[in-house]
Formats: sequence, structure tokens, C-alpha cells
Amino acid sequence: MSEITKQRPKFLNLVAIRLPLAGFASILHRVSGIGMFLMLPLLIWLLQLSLGSAESFEALKSVVANPLVKLILLGLLWAFLHHFCMGIRILLIDVQIGVEKEQACTSAKAVLAVSLALTAVLGLKLLGAY
Amino acid sequence: MNRIVVGAHYGLKDWLAQRVTAVVMALYTLLMIVAVPTVDGYEGWRALMSHGLIRFATFVFIISLCYHAWVGVRDIWMDYVKPTAVRLMLHVLTLLALVGYAGWAIQVIWRL
Repeated sequence: MSEITKQRPKFLNLVAIRLPLAGFASILHRVSGIGMFLMLPLLIWLLQLSLGSAESFEALKSVVANPLVKLILLGLLWAFLHHFCMGIRILLIDVQIGVEKEQACTSAKAVLAVSLALTAVLGLKLLGAY
Repeated sequence: MNRIVVGAHYGLKDWLAQRVTAVVMALYTLLMIVAVPTVDGYEGWRALMSHGLIRFATFVFIISLCYHAWVGVRDIWMDYVKPTAVRLMLHVLTLLALVGYAGWAIQVIWRL
């Protein structure tokens, strides 16, 4: 028991802690999740506009044309893509794929990179670049 | 706290539900990636979403999303909000919001 109850160093200064990359990707999983949760009313409202009537469908287009809404949707796009990719990483680790430290670090990098790249590609579409 | 945290199923059900709902939502996402580009304008979009199978899938997606969000958001409150009264209030607000969102979203797709 003495082994368990002995004093261990505690270092919980959130500003000074430097997370490993996998930890950073993991925190972003939470950030993206809570962000999507908070924006759910907006998303359901947009769904309602899109399906209500031909008039509300047109109204949806002008709502989405608003720069602030575009910015929020861009953020949500990243949040969804990061959450999706990170979710797949978590499911793979659950079935014992990529558990080793080195693989886990590589997959965390891949999640960050793939979600950012897809956000750029789809985000430009959202902003009307092509 | 002297509780022994091994031996019982602490959190196992929620852990599993989080995975199952995630897989459901991922499959729905893939379905929509295939289906949505084939529709054209309001009429096409409405026709797609009112199709029996798609509506069934969307219904399951909405329920999965709300259950998934409940487990995830509740875990965040449990990890970061220490005062019990504040945490309990946030849990209740989260639950009420998600139940309301589920009803709202289902009403949107069901009256098509």
C-alpha cells in the first residue's frame, strides 16, 4: 500500500504543460466536439430552412452567404473533419491497431494533417473559390 | 473515496454506446457523401430526405448524435467542472437541450 500512497510529483499548471502531439490532437477532439454541440441549434435551423419550402430554401442561401455564418460553418467543417478522423483513430486503437507510441504519434500527425487539408479543400468550396 | 474501480462495469455501457453511435454516424456520413451530390435543387433535396430509407437513416443518425453528444459533453463537465452543484446544473441543461434538439430535428425530417 505504501507504494501507492507515496507522494508523487504533481504538475498541473495548464499554461506551462507541454502536451505531446497525440495529447494535442486529443484535446482538439474535445474542443471540436463541444464546438459542434454548441452550434447544434444553428445546424438544425439550417436543416429546417433547407427542407421547409422552396422559399425557405432560398432564404437558406442568403443566410449562408452571411460572412459570419460562413466563418462559423468553416469552423464547424474543421471540427467535423477533425472529430471524424480522430474518431477513426480512436476506434482503430480500440481494436489494437496503432497502439505503440511511435504509431500513435504518427496517426495523431496524420489526423491533424488530413483534417486540415480536407478543411482547406472543402472550405475553399464553401467560400466560393471554385 | 475508497471505492474500488475495478470489477464492476463503471462506464462500460457509455464507452460502448459512444463507439456504436460513432460508427452509425460515420456510416451515415458516407451514405450522404454518396447521395447528396446526385440531388439537384430544393425538389431533389426534399425528395432525397423524404425517401423512406433515408428518413429511417436520418432518424437513427439524430438519435445517435444526441446520445453521443450526451456522453461526450457529460465527460467534459465531469473532468473540468469541480463544484457539484454547477456540474449537476450543466448535466441537466445539456440533457434538456439534447432532448429538445432531437425532437426538433426529428420533426423537421418527419413532416416531409
